[in-house]
Amino acid sequence: MNQPLSMTAGHLALYLAVMALVTYLIRMIPFTLCRKEIKSVFFRSFLAYVPYAVLGAMTFPSIFFATASLPSAIAGTAVALTLAFFRRSLLTVAVGASGAALALELFMMIL
Amino acid sequence: MQQLKKQAYTFQQGLRDGVPIGLGYLSVSFGLGIAAVAAGLSPLIALLISMTNETSAGQKAGLDLIAECLPLAEGLITMVLSQLVINLRYSLMGISLSQRLDASFTTPWRMLLAFSITDEIFAVASTKREKVGIRYFLGLGFIPYVGWAAGTLLGALAGTFLPEIVRGCLGLMLYGMFIAIIIPPARRERGVLFAVCLAVALSCAFYFIPFFDFLSDGLALIIAAVISAAVAALLFPVPSPDVDEETSERKEATI
Repeated sequence: MNQPLSMTAGHLALYLAVMALVTYLIRMIPFTLCRKEIKSVFFRSFLAYVPYAVLGAMTFPSIFFATASLPSAIAGTAVALTLAFFRRSLLTVAVGASGAALALELFMMIL
Repeated sequence: MQQLKKQAYTFQQGLRDGVPIGLGYLSVSFGLGIAAVAAGLSPLIALLISMTNETSAGQKAGLDLIAECLPLAEGLITMVLSQLVINLRYSLMGISLSQRLDASFTTPWRMLLAFSITDEIFAVASTKREKVGIRYFLGLGFIPYVGWAAGTLLGALAGTFLPEIVRGCLGLMLYGMFIAIIIPPARRERGVLFAVCLAVALSCAFYFIPFFDFLSDGLALIIAAVISAAVAALLFPVPSPDVDEETSERKEATI
């Protein structure tokens, strides 16, 4: 509905094509060609840690700027960290985080 | 030998194993739909992205990059690099999984079904007792794919029609899920804890220290992730799982 003005439809299509193609090739090429196990302990370990490093770097500090105001973001983050620490399910943590943030937003609107 | 005629698991068994994955995907992709709308994309484009990628971290990074609106060449190069780094684990999973497949997985089927390799599908398929055939794998991927697409569309529509304040709070869902994915293994394994803490520290440094302003957000993510995972791999090497050694022996025996 409201695409950024600086990104034309053609550019967006290019971005989407590149994203889908690279993601597919990463899955397809080794799956189809290599049938051997990766032996290097370093490389295996590196690959095992990449997802967690990516998620960590992607979440912080961006999470603090995701809502309309900093206090609600901090409240949501605190609730998410607490629920996740006690091993609640993905959905519980997600709903808890956004619920806490929304509650604080509404509370601040009333004040 | 008999694998050629009869596969160990049926399409229906695959479908059934895919149900819990699909339900989980419904909620994760709901957050992605919200994020896509927040990045200025329409619900249909959001759906298109989910139907052509099916990967949460990669799609979120892609959305952030689209929203950043870099010069075209720089943006596309960053897109290639970030998808490479973030989705590199699928290469490892593909290699590992390919040793747990029966003879029905011919090259064309591999090229087609490679698309549905995700963390959860890999986990389920590679831990089945018997080798997995194309029927089971097709069934396994089906409901997660539908859930992924449907959740994205619902999230994007919700994001379009809900007021700004609610949308921002729903945007926390995706980050909340990322936190829920990170924390339990970080409590268990020191290597994961170390990788996450270093990645968060680097990411914050790149964001807040003016010296690093020349780094685009996409590039900063790649650098933070690569450095953290590499240092963690050096300090806390992961021992190769027994299952993999067992399968590689089995493979050599069949050759």
